[in-house]
Amino acid sequence: MPTTLTTDVEIKPGIGAGGGKLGPGGDPFGSGPAGSKDWPPGWTSEDAIEPEKYRIGMWVGLASILMLFIALTSAYIVRGVPALSGGDSDWLPIAMPGVLWFTTGVLLVSSVTIEFARRALKRNEYARFKRWISLTTLFGVAFLVGQLIAWQQLAAQGVFINSHPHSSFFYLLTSLHGVHLLGGVIALSYVTVAALRMRIGFKRRTAVDVTAIYWHFMDGLWIYLFGLLFFFR
Amino acid sequence: MADVVHPVHGEVHRHPAPTGFIRKWVFSTDHKVIGIQYWCLALFSVFIGMALSLLMRLQLGWPGEEWGFLKTLFPNAAENGTISGELYLSMLTMHGTIMVFFVLTTAPQGGFGNYFLPIQIGADDMAFPVLNMMSFWITFLALVVLISAFFADSLAPMFGMTAASNVIGPIGGWTGYAPLSALGEKAGPGQGLGVILWITSIALFCIASLLGALNFITTMLNMRAKGMSLMRLPLTCWAWFTTAVLALLSFPVLLAAGILLLLDHLAGTSFFIPGNSYVNGKLITEHSGGSPILWQHLFWFFGHPEVYIAILPGMGLTSHILATFARKPVFGYRVMVYALFSIGLLGFFVWGHHMFISGMSPYSAIAFSLITLTIGVPSAIKTFNWLGTLWGGQIRFTTPMLFAIGFVSLFVSGGITGLFLGQTSIDLPLHDTYFVVGHFHLIMGVAAIFGMFAGTYFWFPKMFGKMMNEGMGKLHFFITFIGVNAIFIPMHIMGMAGATRRYSFHFNPVTGEGLHYLSNMTPLTRFVSYAAFFTIAGQLIFLVNLVWSWAKGRKASENPWEATSLEWTIPSPPPHDNFAGILPEVHRGPYEYSVPGAPRDFMMQSEPGAAEVHGD
Ligand code: HEM
Ligand SMILES: [Cu+2]
Repeated sequence: MPTTLTTDVEIKPGIGAGGGKLGPGGDPFGSGPAGSKDWPPGWTSEDAIEPEKYRIGMWVGLASILMLFIALTSAYIVRGVPALSGGDSDWLPIAMPGVLWFTTGVLLVSSVTIEFARRALKRNEYARFKRWISLTTLFGVAFLVGQLIAWQQLAAQGVFINSHPHSSFFYLLTSLHGVHLLGGVIALSYVTVAALRMRIGFKRRTAVDVTAIYWHFMDGLWIYLFGLLFFFR
Repeated sequence: MADVVHPVHGEVHRHPAPTGFIRKWVFSTDHKVIGIQYWCLALFSVFIGMALSLLMRLQLGWPGEEWGFLKTLFPNAAENGTISGELYLSMLTMHGTIMVFFVLTTAPQGGFGNYFLPIQIGADDMAFPVLNMMSFWITFLALVVLISAFFADSLAPMFGMTAASNVIGPIGGWTGYAPLSALGEKAGPGQGLGVILWITSIALFCIASLLGALNFITTMLNMRAKGMSLMRLPLTCWAWFTTAVLALLSFPVLLAAGILLLLDHLAGTSFFIPGNSYVNGKLITEHSGGSPILWQHLFWFFGHPEVYIAILPGMGLTSHILATFARKPVFGYRVMVYALFSIGLLGFFVWGHHMFISGMSPYSAIAFSLITLTIGVPSAIKTFNWLGTLWGGQIRFTTPMLFAIGFVSLFVSGGITGLFLGQTSIDLPLHDTYFVVGHFHLIMGVAAIFGMFAGTYFWFPKMFGKMMNEGMGKLHFFITFIGVNAIFIPMHIMGMAGATRRYSFHFNPVTGEGLHYLSNMTPLTRFVSYAAFFTIAGQLIFLVNLVWSWAKGRKASENPWEATSLEWTIPSPPPHDNFAGILPEVHRGPYEYSVPGAPRDFMMQSEPGAAEVHGD
């Protein structure tokens, strides 16, 4: 396996040259510490290990978020099915606030735009990347605002978290999902600002990748919660 | 070729050590410092938990006595120096919560795991050092919140609540069963602010554990040194990994339950509170429709994996130590790994065995019962493989070895009663008696604690560069081993005689109050209390040994136990980035003791050479 350092670094999809400087950092060593793998010449072991690390970390984190919502789903089912909850059913489904169709649509579209952004970055088309990533961030904010409007519409009808079980679950699930999504929006803002300042180096490319995974997951999670809350009540 | 450039490669990786006190010892991102922080937190907590158990045993042995020092300690809660029923229950809750969460879940995983997982796999730190730091400090915050429940009495007026008398904190046991835990002050003293602080602490603890688990899993999957294939990992690493997976999947469920409970308290929802409850002399009209059993399901879906979170690291460590001091490879390495996995996996499907008396359908009870008994299979495999490891070994009876053997013993005596309790028909009469208290203390409490002691005696030389005193260590072992058996075995007998759990006393020989059928149990109860005082006193030896060894102990060499894993290839204590920038290469499995034809009776994992045997 060659260990000679070449300056013409082959740019691999997803791992491009660092922003500003050409070629990944100066580690003239071809063999990464992950053991069995041999990295192509010019890659540092860190280049190979870092994105993997963040990706694994993200999937592991998503598993735990998934468990949180699975647990709440089981509570929803137990609490919502009179036969299971012990008889005295006070389950009164709330009317769906219309704005939720809008927020759902926005979130769906944002999953597409973040994918465009990611692809653009892979092909090093910075202008397109900037456009799509900013747009995604805006969509994220719009979604959160829409959720707040939904709460307001319900509150105006006099439906609060303690009104009855379905409204309790509605407020609970939307706010937990909202908090997680807010985390995504913060991550998106971070890469957007970095992109606007033309600082999309190696680490931030990974951040874009990992944020995209998270974003798709949050999108899917919302579709699921939306279905659970309004088509399984 | 790679070997030639290796040092250069290493140098690139060197991270300079932080210099300021705060960055180095307080908000450190170094996994070794964080490991020691977790370990200290557990040590602090275990002494609080133990002090509480001492008070409980005082009350159980001599119910209604007045203790002058209690008046000083809790001027509000124990104004005339007696332990009221409420005070007993709040001590019980604090004892259980502190022990399970802040001792058993911190030291074995956050402490030793943090310190030694990266070193044993040949990495320079955890995958996400900053997350690691956060997970410790959130745990710390959770402990502060829990301890503030001690003062809920004085804090309550500040939050516009009435101060509860006779209690020091939450009442509800470590299981916090709804609906009483969800009703707040209406349910009685200790159910208001105390319980709110308790839930908040648990929720914070969940978040911290999740961050920790994420870090452990990523580190182990992605940061292994060259040559460290999965089947060359020390069994400790497998145990930490499996524990992390269990934590990752079970803590979110407790978090969900905690959020729902907190909402019942603070937002007026009714997730767990049924309608028409008549509590504390009042009809509850504000709530309806909730399901208390739902709390039990969510809690035990977490709770059963939690007992494995407590014990698995001890299992890994026991395997590791038995092999080291029997100078033999672990018997059936692969099988040990698979047994760990199956225990972890099956552990997710047995939570119902804690709820046999909740009125569940007999069919589901049978299913839970069968799966529970199935866990006996991998557990027995582990036990037999430990015995197989010892069999024919040239055993060196060091203190860590004694504690590891003690672990096996406790695991067996605690495990056998588990087979009793796993069967519905036997559990029905024994549930909520001292039989259960004896069972879970032996297997979850004390066995896990033995794992921690073994780890401390084994790794102290590496962590602090000093050997611990063997004489004091052995004395500590014998006192503790005899002591815990003398405490917890009689509890089984009391349970079978019908001594109920979570009662502040059973029979008061002075006033004649209480459960008369237990009137002849007073001598046994007092015996248990004396045994507890004896055992607790014995722990002071451990404390003295720690301090003495730290200050005056013999200097530890790089590899005092002649062990094989990577932590023994580096100085004691290790430098800031573990391997001084030179990442190690692994050439063999972790338990190559007494290899035929080898020059010594052990071969380091990093040792290249002709006698290379694949761990695989
Ligand atoms: C010196 C050793 C110990 C003594 C003397 C002791 C004593 C006690 C006593 C008297 C109770 C109350 C039983 C009742 O009234 O129902 C109790 C409960 C408990 N102890 Fe310990 N204990 C010790 C160590 C531990 C350890 C190491 C753990 C770690 C798991 C632990 C965990 C618990 C738990 C979870 C409960 C149940 C709390 C509840 O019912 O909610 N204990 N212990
Ligand atoms: Cu269990």
